[in-house]
Amino acid sequence: MARSVKLTPAARRATRRLAADAALLVVAAAFVLPLAWVVLSSLDARADLKVKIPEEFTFGNFDAVLVPDVTFTPLLNSLILCGGATLLTIVCAALAAYPLSRYRSRTGSAFLATILFATCLPITAIMVPVYALFVQVELIDTMHGTILFFAASQLPFAVWLMKNFMDGVPKELEEAAWTDGASPMQSLLRVVLPLMGPGIAVVTVYSFVMMWGNFFVPFMLLLDPAQMPASVSINDFFGNRGTVVYGQLAAFSLIYSTPVLLLYILIARRLGGGFALGGAVKG
Amino acid sequence: MRAVGTRPAAEQPTAAPATARRPRRSLARALPVTPGVVLLLLFLAGPIGYCVYLAFTDLQLTGQAESSFIGLDNFAEAFGDKDFLNAVWLTLVFTVVSSLIGQNTLGLTLAALMQRASKPVRTLTGGIVVVAWVLPEVVAGFLLYAFFRREGTLNAVLDWLHLPAQNWLYILPILAVSFANVWRGTAFSMLVYSAALNEIPKEITEAAQVDGASGRRRMWHITLPMIRRSIGTNLMLNTLQTLSVFGLIWVMTRGGPGNRSQTLPLYMYEQAFQNSMIGYATAVALLLLLVGSLFSLVYMRLLRTEV
Repeated sequence: MARSVKLTPAARRATRRLAADAALLVVAAAFVLPLAWVVLSSLDARADLKVKIPEEFTFGNFDAVLVPDVTFTPLLNSLILCGGATLLTIVCAALAAYPLSRYRSRTGSAFLATILFATCLPITAIMVPVYALFVQVELIDTMHGTILFFAASQLPFAVWLMKNFMDGVPKELEEAAWTDGASPMQSLLRVVLPLMGPGIAVVTVYSFVMMWGNFFVPFMLLLDPAQMPASVSINDFFGNRGTVVYGQLAAFSLIYSTPVLLLYILIARRLGGGFALGGAVKG
Repeated sequence: MRAVGTRPAAEQPTAAPATARRPRRSLARALPVTPGVVLLLLFLAGPIGYCVYLAFTDLQLTGQAESSFIGLDNFAEAFGDKDFLNAVWLTLVFTVVSSLIGQNTLGLTLAALMQRASKPVRTLTGGIVVVAWVLPEVVAGFLLYAFFRREGTLNAVLDWLHLPAQNWLYILPILAVSFANVWRGTAFSMLVYSAALNEIPKEITEAAQVDGASGRRRMWHITLPMIRRSIGTNLMLNTLQTLSVFGLIWVMTRGGPGNRSQTLPLYMYEQAFQNSMIGYATAVALLLLLVGSLFSLVYMRLLRTEV
């Protein structure tokens, strides 16, 4: 300890930075191992459960899974489910956020409090009653039923985010439109929404990514294998096809994950760094 | 909460002729909210109401025409059931280990280290941790399944370090899935804490440094108190997310071996579909929902003090 007194502040800062770098690299190495497995195994003709450099590089795993039954149909199902539900969520959220952001009233703040409360409810917990309800009203095993539930489950958070972004659009800009005789609906469509493009992008991408990765909701509400999205069909690599071909599982995992990774990069870039979502969730 | 500049029109004292128009005007203003409200009532409030009702019935999946009201029997049965208590205990372990200790502490540590680290290392580590978070839940489950299996990467690494290999998913399944949840969820805490640490004015930490406070004391007496609201918010959100994890555990262990990694969501699923007891499973779901609501209320309280 006596030695460290002699170090100049600059040298001490450099040592501290080195220590921090080393610690971060250790964590990064631990985190990267499972990711390395999926990338390397997808290119390995004889992949197993260990991370290793393939002895025999191949694109055969991708060739094998890029057929309608395994990849294209489930991905299309995912796209229909998540795309449809996201569209519904965004339209409802934008409409609902507008009066909440523009006018204050007691009903409005009570509604907003309820929305915030609903944001945190564990959706997993209500899936058994939702299943029972969907059987009763004959929405079970239908795409539209699942889309409606997906949209409803994502809506509270979407409204909350959308309202916060909308608060950032100055009211003065709209007042100009009002004096020109625009209705509130016109000023929402022509003035407010175009000004909050990045905000809408964040809400859209966030909702889509959450649904794309969601396993439990389609697992419970859909029964027909032909309608299953990728999040559920990926389980077929175990069981249904005899021995597990890990290379193909890895290749499919990569294909299935790529859209959400790209979407995340898209919004992280647009909003200057990955803090956007963390900050937004903070309220 | 933010737009305070303009005075809310609806609260302005209205002149006598306007009062007759007021209800109609506020109705017109509320009109755009309708589609969202209808959707929420039908598909969120509806199921929650149905959940409360079902929890007091003995509805079964098959072979039963009518279900009947059985009062608190489901709850009494649950608290007398060893498997239920096992699930409660495992849920507690899973939440404490993976959310409170794991994600939260590791996220804060990473964020604090990133403040000091060089830019390339910061970007690299941040990127890797965030990718683990963005991946779909089921994919994360498969990756960690491969990692913890007997023939998997973890044992290969241990072997390389001349340490004994173990069948992790068999001897410590709940810890394996907890670590999986740490791997998957730490990024969120890291992002929240990075944002919070960036907001601390440089002058404050520098002043403490000049006064001779050591790194650990600065963390304890200055940094942590200044970000305590972020800590509260983050703990709530982490815990709520962890309480409802299903896919990750389902893919890795199916709740097994036996029921040694069966947390409440998996127990609920098994009761509903393997044992066909919809009413009983819903009672368990209701308990989970109540715990979630409690955390929700605390979280809202925290947000209110923040704004």
